[in-house]
Amino acid sequence: MKISPRVTHSIAWGVCWAAGLLSLAFLLVIIGYVFVNGIGSISWEFLTTNPQGGLKGEGGILSPLVGTLYLVALTLLIAVPLGVGAAIYLSEYAVNNWFTKMVRFGVESLAGIPSIVFGLFGFALFVIALGFNFSILSGSLTLACLCLPVIIRTCEEAIKAVPGTYREASYGLGATKWQTIMHVILPAAIPGIITAIILTVGRIVEETACLYVTMGGSSNMPTSVWSNSRTLSLHLYYLAMETTAVDKALATGVILILIIVVINFVTRWLSNRYVAMTRGGNR
Amino acid sequence: MSKISDSVLQPGCELRRVYDGFWRYAIYLFGAISFIILLLIALFIFREGYPAFQKIGIWQFISGLRWDVSDQAYGILPMIIGSTYVTIGALLISVPLGIFTAVFLTDVAPQMMRSIIRPAIELLVGIPSVVYGLVGMLMLVPIIRQSGHGSGDSVLAASIVLAVMVLPTIVSITEDSIIAVPNAYREGALSLGATRWQMIWHVVLPAAKSGIIASIVLGMGRAIGETMAMIMVIGNSIIIPDSIFSPARTLTGTLALELKYAAGLHWNALFATGVVLFVFILILNSFGFLMLRGKNK
Repeated sequence: MKISPRVTHSIAWGVCWAAGLLSLAFLLVIIGYVFVNGIGSISWEFLTTNPQGGLKGEGGILSPLVGTLYLVALTLLIAVPLGVGAAIYLSEYAVNNWFTKMVRFGVESLAGIPSIVFGLFGFALFVIALGFNFSILSGSLTLACLCLPVIIRTCEEAIKAVPGTYREASYGLGATKWQTIMHVILPAAIPGIITAIILTVGRIVEETACLYVTMGGSSNMPTSVWSNSRTLSLHLYYLAMETTAVDKALATGVILILIIVVINFVTRWLSNRYVAMTRGGNR
Repeated sequence: MSKISDSVLQPGCELRRVYDGFWRYAIYLFGAISFIILLLIALFIFREGYPAFQKIGIWQFISGLRWDVSDQAYGILPMIIGSTYVTIGALLISVPLGIFTAVFLTDVAPQMMRSIIRPAIELLVGIPSVVYGLVGMLMLVPIIRQSGHGSGDSVLAASIVLAVMVLPTIVSITEDSIIAVPNAYREGALSLGATRWQMIWHVVLPAAKSGIIASIVLGMGRAIGETMAMIMVIGNSIIIPDSIFSPARTLTGTLALELKYAAGLHWNALFATGVVLFVFILILNSFGFLMLRGKNK
């Protein structure tokens, strides 16, 4: 017996609904599980004490929190200027030749390389060959390499979205290309560049593998960029694998998810505002 | 004449041209930075990995069944098989789920559902992989253990965790490529009397084929590269898994677990493992981007 197309249609529609709801359920289950089991362990003390180490995983998350802040600041300091520079090349200077092809190949390939391979590279170059040891600096340099493609792509889109008439007006006033870029194009692309920066912060917060082999993982309070340190994600890993403090690991998970939710919210808000701004940009 | 009037009327004029020229070259250098980093990565891991290939032999290294540091035996076949199993397992779950979810988002869902599920999937991308690993460890592994199949740390647990992690990649790229199918295709199918599902199945999805393949390939790259979440749920035993309930170890897991303590040939063998991963991912992603570009033409 042949099933009629209408019946097939209804079944398929049901399957699509099931798939959509299942995808949503994954997120709800993960977030629900972490929150329900982790939120009880969060207290002021948890946020303001250092991890004590040991098998029981006593203590809070202060030093990993500070380590994360150090890492975010230093990585952005290294990666954002490089990324914006490369984005300026791709959007303003690139012509269709071998050099541009090479640049594009570099960005695309770098984007797909697994975090742990960056870690391998960072370990060999920064930790060993350059003698930076396990430190926030080694971690930042490695992460900067990893984050570059995201920054370049997002900034390139932001710069390309600046209307051509801005450039023409600037050239028409006798400005050089560099003056046009610095005084006209980049200021107009700022919201997009900020979006890129926030996305990168998210990437830094979620990253673990390449930091596991370059940052050391000490739970002491970092004092400089040369300190052996850990981030929140790394702290969660150590708690889960090397201690019995499952509740603390889940509480750290809650903090991480909250950070990511805030980051997503801000990016969304910014890009909506940006769209509204460019649409109403007849001022 | 113009030269004279330039320098007389605008004293700063020549200097800004010098600036312009300087920054042109500086920007070229910035542009090349990704490629330079790529070269550096290749250089460093090949340099450190080469002695292992030389001493062990490329083929023996890739097809060797034993990885035993105390015995200086380095063969990565068990890890290759472990990585392959979890990747296939993850794709078996996430590809059908991802494609149907993408269709749901483009054609089936009411506006309200769309505005819930899209941000939800974006959020899935951002959640740190260790959080996935943790939930897998505390929720999934005990369920598998209670079902009476060993310790619970298994290829199955790793595949499910990985499937959730790869899902956003597959949904978003597939969704983009479905949206890119021209409306005329849809109208043509409907006007011939097709149901909306027949239109999707026989017209829209085939037209979006290269985008869907690209999403699978790029998702596969992500799956092979995942490290920490896998370590947390797969058990990390260096054996060839004989069932989905068996523990295993991935290529990336070996690197993370052993790198900090390695020396000598062990060190070289780990970098050689990195070389295998690097080359494989490079080929895979080039293929994926090729498919995506084919779609845009």
